[in-house]
Amino acid sequence: MEMIKVKIDGVEVEVPAGTTALEAARLANIDIPTLCYLKDINEIGACRMCLVEVEGARSLQASCVFPVADGMNIKTNTPKVRAARKLSLELILSNHDRKCLTCVRSQNCELQDLAKNLGIDDIRFEGERYDKPVDSLSPSIVRDPNKCVLCRRCVAVCRNVQGIGVIGATERGFDTNIEPVFDMSINDVPCINCGQCIAACPVGALREKDDTEKVWDALHNPDLHVVVQTAPAVRVALGEEFGMEMGTRVTGKMVAALRRLGFDRVFDTDFAADLTIMEEGTELLDRVKNGGKLPMITSCSPGWIKYCEHYYPEFLDNLSTCKSPHEMMGAVVKSYYAEKNNWDPSKVFVVSIMPCTAKKFEAQRPELSATGHPDVDVVLTTRELARMIKEAGMDLTKLPDEEFDPALGDSTGAGVIFGATGGVMEAALRTVYEVVTGEPMENIEIHAVRGIEGVKETEVKLGDMTVRAAIVHGTANAKALLEQIKSGEKEYHFIEVMGCPGGCVTGGGQPIVKAKTYMEKDPKVVRAKAIYEEDRDLPIRKSHENPSVKKLYEEFLGEPNSKKAHDLLHTHYTQRSVY
Amino acid sequence: MELYRSHVLVCGGTGCHSSGSADIIEHFNRDLKKYGIEKEVKVVQTGCFGLCEVGPVVIVYPEGAFYSRVKDEDVTEIVSEHLVKGRIVKHLLYHDSLDASQEIKSLDEVPFYQKQERVALRNCGVINPENIDEYIAFDGYKALGKVLTEMTPEEVIETIKASGLRGRGGAGFPTGLKWEFTYKAKGDKKFVACNADEGDPGAFMDRSILEGDPHAVIEAMTIAGYTVGADQGYIYVRAEYPIAVQRLTIAIAQAREYGLLGKNILGTDFSFDLELRLGAGAFVCGEETALMASVEGFRGEPRPRPPFPAVKGLFGKPTLLNNVETYANIPQIIINGPEWLQSIGTEKSKGTKVFALGGKINNTGLVEVPMGTTLREIIYEIGGGIPNGKQFKAAQTGGPSGGCIPAQHLDTPIDYDSLAAIGSMMGSGGLIVMDEDNCMVDIARFFLEFTVDESCGKCPPCRIGTKRMLELLNKIAEGKGEEGDIEKLVELGEGIKTASLCGLGQSAPNPVLSTIRYFREEYEEHIKDKKCRAGVCQALLQYTIIEDKCRSCGLCAKACPVNAISGQRKQPYVIDQATCIKCGACMEKCPFDAIVKR
Repeated sequence: MEMIKVKIDGVEVEVPAGTTALEAARLANIDIPTLCYLKDINEIGACRMCLVEVEGARSLQASCVFPVADGMNIKTNTPKVRAARKLSLELILSNHDRKCLTCVRSQNCELQDLAKNLGIDDIRFEGERYDKPVDSLSPSIVRDPNKCVLCRRCVAVCRNVQGIGVIGATERGFDTNIEPVFDMSINDVPCINCGQCIAACPVGALREKDDTEKVWDALHNPDLHVVVQTAPAVRVALGEEFGMEMGTRVTGKMVAALRRLGFDRVFDTDFAADLTIMEEGTELLDRVKNGGKLPMITSCSPGWIKYCEHYYPEFLDNLSTCKSPHEMMGAVVKSYYAEKNNWDPSKVFVVSIMPCTAKKFEAQRPELSATGHPDVDVVLTTRELARMIKEAGMDLTKLPDEEFDPALGDSTGAGVIFGATGGVMEAALRTVYEVVTGEPMENIEIHAVRGIEGVKETEVKLGDMTVRAAIVHGTANAKALLEQIKSGEKEYHFIEVMGCPGGCVTGGGQPIVKAKTYMEKDPKVVRAKAIYEEDRDLPIRKSHENPSVKKLYEEFLGEPNSKKAHDLLHTHYTQRSVY
Repeated sequence: MELYRSHVLVCGGTGCHSSGSADIIEHFNRDLKKYGIEKEVKVVQTGCFGLCEVGPVVIVYPEGAFYSRVKDEDVTEIVSEHLVKGRIVKHLLYHDSLDASQEIKSLDEVPFYQKQERVALRNCGVINPENIDEYIAFDGYKALGKVLTEMTPEEVIETIKASGLRGRGGAGFPTGLKWEFTYKAKGDKKFVACNADEGDPGAFMDRSILEGDPHAVIEAMTIAGYTVGADQGYIYVRAEYPIAVQRLTIAIAQAREYGLLGKNILGTDFSFDLELRLGAGAFVCGEETALMASVEGFRGEPRPRPPFPAVKGLFGKPTLLNNVETYANIPQIIINGPEWLQSIGTEKSKGTKVFALGGKINNTGLVEVPMGTTLREIIYEIGGGIPNGKQFKAAQTGGPSGGCIPAQHLDTPIDYDSLAAIGSMMGSGGLIVMDEDNCMVDIARFFLEFTVDESCGKCPPCRIGTKRMLELLNKIAEGKGEEGDIEKLVELGEGIKTASLCGLGQSAPNPVLSTIRYFREEYEEHIKDKKCRAGVCQALLQYTIIEDKCRSCGLCAKACPVNAISGQRKQPYVIDQATCIKCGACMEKCPFDAIVKR
């Protein structure tokens, strides 16, 4: 790579050709303020926070998109630069609903950080403000246009990363708004509820629908048996909400916190993940052997499911009929577990702690109520759980490590890795291989399916059969792959799709990662690393070896894909319109 | 070929078209038939003559009789008298087209045309734009032939560079350099594009060229395609220009039919074709990166440069983008050589510039003058001065991106650099004249209102900053201005210019800043004395009845929609200021000029 030399505020740095002034400045240890910039996702130079002076250039340049050239002299801190940045920021603040004290993003807001760092102590140009209704019709996403800074990060992630584009700029000038078309609610457009827009939002304009009150109410209702389960990805991210380093595993502390919040049982969705492998693996083998619809595509990700229902209904029969793991857990709790404990299923309240906003929508699907009651009553995101823990006055970092409750709290390493892209595939292969060949798998860590590459492929020999598998994450990648399958360019037996880029570890319900942090580390990688460490540390790492899963089949379900298993653990899908 | 003894040229530009020139053409043809002379006299619909003020315009050759404000009934007279009997109808002639002895002057001697030099407009008002043969008869496609058969792309670039041509869209970037950059850029595919998204209020230069001489643009773009290595071009034209769109569509079809567009043009191995893209009426789409986004089907929003279009333009490919008027210069530079253009204009601005004259001026219309012509010459000699003997106050050049030029700069020779130096800009060529009845705060407000509406909303300085400036101006115009408001306007304006993403934001504050620079005292009067000397800002006005002049007729009281006027017989009437809504109805009705506003 060609290396060039540039001077940033008098400091000479050597960078590869094509490096932006923003990146070059970081190498010179200069932190240029940004707002609309989100590495690799939104690089549009719109917010004017990152303006710098380039010697010889006619006007100030947005450093986030300005490629440096050899010998260039860049100044990031001149009076002109500072005045321009401050003016833009003051103007943004003049049209911002500054209810910081009651904002969900208070103290975790990039705009607040900027105002502090740039020393804004007065907003001199007050005037008309946005005054538009808050859109809270979606079960997953709440949009407050009055807090929107029009950075377009959500627009870019929705359109480019997810290949959807249900939000964009409407109107012009001061009336410009980021919203769905024709004044529609986000609930009435083909949004998949993935929440990646929330993760991209620097302020409080996009947030999850807060369901914590429903959970508090249930916890304080003496008639209810309140059961909680936690998804694998939550345990490697929750700590961040309490100031812990990204990638810290807090499984035991999380269990302790949930128990102290008053949940009657603390179960692990990983158990249900193992159960999913039993059902899905059996379904796959059945489809392969009996000429069923192939490729079979995983169904754990509710964002992906809704995407498929809207945009690729021709693939609905390819979707595994398995419910997503937490829904399986809900069905098992309200049937098997309730029966064993003599609980009235109508008095069982299941709460899922998920890294996901799409699961809030999923839980409301009428078809997901195997016992006549919703399998899952409320879904909370990782962020909402953190808020409950804080409200209860607990410091997660100081809690002891505790164990999940027995039976439905028992899990394996295979269940844990569901949290990262490739994890479902790896867990499935660990089990399917041994079921088909009858031999133990030599190396159960399948590195070909790990990592954050958009599309991964692998082939596994199962006796005389070779299974071709693909793994994609992010719906834009899924879209590209489905098109290749439609055109006949690609052929697979089994595909894992996760709606969010990186899989659940970077789901739309996870702790917010600021744009600055993205420049240093990729949460997709760091959190996944923690997931794989969790797997390595567990004594049992294959789903079919989970003793409690085996017991569930022996005592209740019979065998995988049995009639009873179908009634409780499988579902169907509905074609949905686009507009 | 048929020979005619007379030609009747009827202007078919937008101005004359709206005042009924299509009906006039029909009437001429009907009457010619009636007299059986339809094989002797030919009626031709042309592009704009420029003197829109006196339209519909009809010129009859060979006499060169310039009929102005031709009405339907005048046609009967022109045909029966002039065309049948050979007697020019003098009372219908444009007054300035007769000399002292009541003889017809040649057009060049008519004051409106005398100081003009028509390069981009040379065929407008001369040929029928819907007939490619007429264009060819006036050396059309000769330049293309020369380029394709005798010149290398490098030679074309050298010629354009040597001519000193600069972009006519406003910023004045050297055209030859732009061509060279695109030529040198690496790409498996390149594009040529034409910016015909003329959106300044009151500007219709490009519109007239497209309506009057569409082939000039097509020919130039084809030359550009050959030069930079593109085989596809796009003309981005406003959908609000239906006549231009229609004539372009006809012209492209004719050019294809003649083998001047399409595969193997003029038998060479060069192929090139053009497509129209209609804009949806966003001013910002005249900004080149926004224009390209719009052509690609996205929301018309600018993006930061670099990369420039020459490197990464339409669909990510190197793209040459020039404005209509720039292209209209190209064929003639090729034919006449670079020295010819060099010989016109000032040291750094070569050639001519088309201006759309509007506002408080006698000859509203389209003029083309050599660079270096002074504002005074344009306004007083070509434009015929200010109506009703009013005093000149300022001229706005460059539309909402430009600035106000006060009387003290009337003698500045107009070129790119001199206008920039006095706080305005060439812009695409809008020129609006203001007189003593114009309030400068109001003018600034008018232009800013436009940019506030037309901001794309992408960057905060433009989206919110211009809005805040407008709020301050409104406050001042409403008589609520405070000490410090002018300073705030200046700080915001300067800041927006520095921090905005594109040319729209970077120039939006100009009308405000330039009026503050030259007419600060008017702002101060509004703020401190709550007075608008031009009597424009409603909130600062009072209508009063002059006692001595009032004859107690009561007409004013009857006209008042809010019953603010009372009085009795033989006593002067009185306006209750608290009730008055300042509509001015009373003043209009008063037969004795007894009501004044101040």
